Parts: sequence; C-alpha cells; structure tokens
Amino acid sequence: MQVILQWLGTLPGAAGQGLVWGLMAIGLYITYKVLDLADLTVDGSICTGAAVCAVLLTSGVNIWLAMLCALLAGMLAGLVTGWLHTVFGIPAILAGILTQLMLWSVNLLVMSGSAIVPITRLKYADKVLITSGDTDIYRTIVILAVFVSVIVAALYWFFGTDFGASLRATGNNPEMSRAQGINTNLTKVFGLSLSNGIVALAGALLAQQQGAAEINMGRGAIVIGLAAIIIGEALCPRLVTNFAIRLLCVAGGAIIYWFVFQTVVFLGLPSELLKMLSALVVACFLGIPYVKKTYFSKKKKTEVKRHA
Amino acid sequence: MLEIKNICKTFNAGTVNEKCVFDGLSLKLEEGDFVTVIGGNGAGKSTMLNIVSGAYTPDEGSISIDGVDVTRLPEYKRAKYIGRVFQDPRMGTATDMWVEENLAVADRRGMRRGLRWSITNKDRARYKQVLSTLGLGLEDRLSTKMGLLSGGQRQAVTLLMAAMKKPKLLLLDEHTAALDPKTAAKVLEITDKLISENKLTALMVTHNMRDAITHGNRLIMMHGGRIILDIRGEEKKKLTVEALLEQFSKTSGSEFASDRALLS
Repeated sequence: MQVILQWLGTLPGAAGQGLVWGLMAIGLYITYKVLDLADLTVDGSICTGAAVCAVLLTSGVNIWLAMLCALLAGMLAGLVTGWLHTVFGIPAILAGILTQLMLWSVNLLVMSGSAIVPITRLKYADKVLITSGDTDIYRTIVILAVFVSVIVAALYWFFGTDFGASLRATGNNPEMSRAQGINTNLTKVFGLSLSNGIVALAGALLAQQQGAAEINMGRGAIVIGLAAIIIGEALCPRLVTNFAIRLLCVAGGAIIYWFVFQTVVFLGLPSELLKMLSALVVACFLGIPYVKKTYFSKKKKTEVKRHA
Repeated sequence: MLEIKNICKTFNAGTVNEKCVFDGLSLKLEEGDFVTVIGGNGAGKSTMLNIVSGAYTPDEGSISIDGVDVTRLPEYKRAKYIGRVFQDPRMGTATDMWVEENLAVADRRGMRRGLRWSITNKDRARYKQVLSTLGLGLEDRLSTKMGLLSGGQRQAVTLLMAAMKKPKLLLLDEHTAALDPKTAAKVLEITDKLISENKLTALMVTHNMRDAITHGNRLIMMHGGRIILDIRGEEKKKLTVEALLEQFSKTSGSEFASDRALLS
C-alpha cells in the first residue's frame, strides 16, 4: 500500500514533465510528420531556448519577454537548418546535425561559457511562470496545459490556412506541390523554423521547471519527442483525422512516456540505462511497421497488383 | 501559345553515361491546339514535357508560354501557366490530404498563399459542383483521404486540379498508362471534355497510337530527340495505326521500338 502511494506521488511530477516534452514533441511533429523530415536540430534548439530564457531572466528581463526571445532564437536555428537544406542542398538530416553542433557553441556563448545557468527558486520564484517546486506542481500542470492548448489551437488554425495547407502538401508530395505552384523550399524553411521555435519555447519552460539551463539538457531530445509522437499516434484512433486532436494525442503520448519513465525509475532501474531504454523503445516502434510488412505479410502479391 | 526554340539537353555531361537527348528541338503550339505525342522508348517525350514544366532546365534554347519567356523560371513559378497530370496516379495528388484539401491547393495555383482559412463553405459547394461533372460520385467524398481513391478516380481528380485555374497549357504525361483499359477510356473522355470546355492548349504524351489518332487536332511523332512527323487537321483525321507505323519506319529508318505501343 505504502509503495503504491509513493508511486502515485511521483505521477504529478511526471505529468508536468510530460506536458513540457509534449510541447516539444508537438514542435517536432511539424517536421517529422507534416514535412516528412527528420530534423536533428531540436537537440540543440531545446537547449538554446533554455539558455536564452535563463540568461535573460537572471539578468532581470521579464519572463514573457525572455520566453519570446527563446522562441525567436529557436526559429533562427530552424532557419539555419532550412537554409543549409534548401539553398545548399544538404540532406535534411545532415543539415540538422550541422546546426546542432553549431548550437552547442552558440549555447555555451549565450551562457557565457558556463555549463549551467541556475534559476534559483528562492530568488526567482515570483518571476518565473512555472517552478521546479513540488508544492506548486498542480499550478504548474495547469499553466502548462494552457500553454499546450494555446499552441495546439494556433497550429490548428495555421495548418488550416492556405499557407499552412501548402506546408502539408509539401510534406505529402513535393513534386505535386511544385506543380501546383508551391515554393517547396520556402515551405520547408518555414516549417523547420516554426518547429524549432516551439521546441525552444519548450526548452524555456524546461529550464524553469528544472530550475536551470544546462548545456547537456538537449541530448537525446529528439528520441523523447519521437517516442511521444509514436505513443500519441498509437493512442489516437485511426479514424480521427482532426489535426488538433492528433496534436493533443502527441502531448498525451509525452505524458505517458514520463509516467512509464518515472515508474521504471521507481522500480529501481539504474538511471544510466534510461537513455538506452528510450532509444530501444523508439527503435522497436519505428521498426515494427517495416518488420510486419516485410516478414509477416501474406498479402504481398495483392499489394503489388494494387499498385501496378 | 507554347514555343520551344532550339532546345539542347545533355544528361550526365562529361561522364561515360553522357546522353544527349535534344540537340536543337523546336516546337510551336497555337492557341487551342490539342497535340498528341507518340514515339518509341527514349524518344524524349517525357523529357520534353519536363523541360516545358521546369522540372529540368535546358542547356540551351528557350521556352515561352503566351509570349512570356519562362526558360529561367523555377518550376513552382511556371505552375501559374501550366497544369500537369503525371503517369503515376500517386504523383498528382497529396495522398494523406482530403479530396477537398487537394482541390483547394490547386485552387490557389498562381495566387499568393496567405493566412486565409483555406476552405470556406462557398469553396466547398464549388468543389462539389466540379466533382459532380466527373460522374464518379466523388462529390460525396470531399473529406475522404485522396489515397483511398482508386487510380482512375485519382487521375480524374488530378485532371480537374490541373484544369481548374484554366492554365495556358495542359501537360499530360501518359496519364492513362497505369490504368486498366476501361478506366483509361473514361479518363480520356474526361480529358477531352475538360480541354474542349475550357478551350485549353494541351500536349498529351501517350503510348497508345489509337488514342493519339482519335484525340486532339494535331499529332507529332518523336524519335531520337527529334520531331519526325507533324500531322494536323484533315490529314490527321484520316490516319490509321498502320499508316503511322509505315510513316515511322520510312522517316526514321528503323522499326518502331516500343513494345507497349505495339501491343496496345
């Protein structure tokens, strides 16, 4: 009984974590699902958002302004990846890796060379939006839920507009999009920029939640984001094509990810193994559709016929 | 309407795989021309369409549409003047988007795509109306994912999308080749209807000689990157497949080398 109560006690914290990472995963969804690009910039831009927010906040800037700057910094990072990809023809995945590496230096510069910029709770408790404290956890959850809802609503509107639809078309079928007069380079750059802006915003929230910006905080972020997307897609009934609901499912996926994560930690798995576990889980889920299709498909012949 | 002047195009220049497809290709289409294009394997039919659409840029020569030089214009900017339907039914539409969303994307061709809500009820009613002209029952499936439609239905919708903004030029690249004969006939019928109703200028590549003869007002035959036959008007109406094959071997000095064309 005691154990179960203890375990339940870890869940609100996990929900808080999950919502922040849910926001990050929603940003990633734009590149990974909508544009069909694997963008590794996010590992850097989440930290950029955290660093910009923490540095500005600790030098006396208003939290809202600090978060806006974090968002813009993330968008700039996405813009660089977009340029490398479209203007210089570097494959998206490599362009992302290059920007990520650049961001490592940028992030250190932003943090004036130190690996960590603390946002001490005693000093900044009334200046931050959310805190790292357990006592405020329900308040934190509500604020984060509002954040996620607002971003989802904004994205739902955006992807319903002419320009938003051209982004979706680009990810779906670039040849067709160009034939219909869509500048696919522009839509890709914009999508990457938007995505990294949201990821950096999540980074800014993460810094407040953890009570610090830290140079390594983005490592493996894409894997957590992908895990959230995959769980979210599994959550979402296939028939639901509503974009807003799909995005909310992704946020739900992130929360489930952190529930599982907390539970595994609670059960005593050494924390060194956690990243290994995340990566393996994502690898499994990414691999399952292929394995199913390649090794267990009886309908192979009819499939071929249908596409002929 | 369309003027192709002295186009040269070499692929893989400077390598062992160097292949010169065109060495001075020229073609002029008048307004309202519906030209069918036939030719053997590797004659350059698709490459010509891809150069006109901007998918490839020519090494030399120029392309102008309705007096506007588009040679250096990127593909997406040329789309303002050109409607296209591809051979592969999956190529012409966004498979994960709804039918109405696909139509809306085509409906904004040549316009600025801003932050206006993409599909209003007024648009929806209009899309319903144009879809009903196909006679395929698609007007009731506006919110079906494009990928769930059959190949023929998709080609029909792609045709609508291509013709929607009344392009100055319609490019059809073997757009019935992947369909079964009955569906192909239906799609061709829709093609004819759209072209005549909208008075479009069109260039249709086909491997089916009979289709090339029965459709359009002008027929060109390509071989080795050149136009070796150009038949129009009354003369075209009298053409037969046999006469065409004979003409081909006479002018090109070789047998017509396209299994698909001969079998269909």
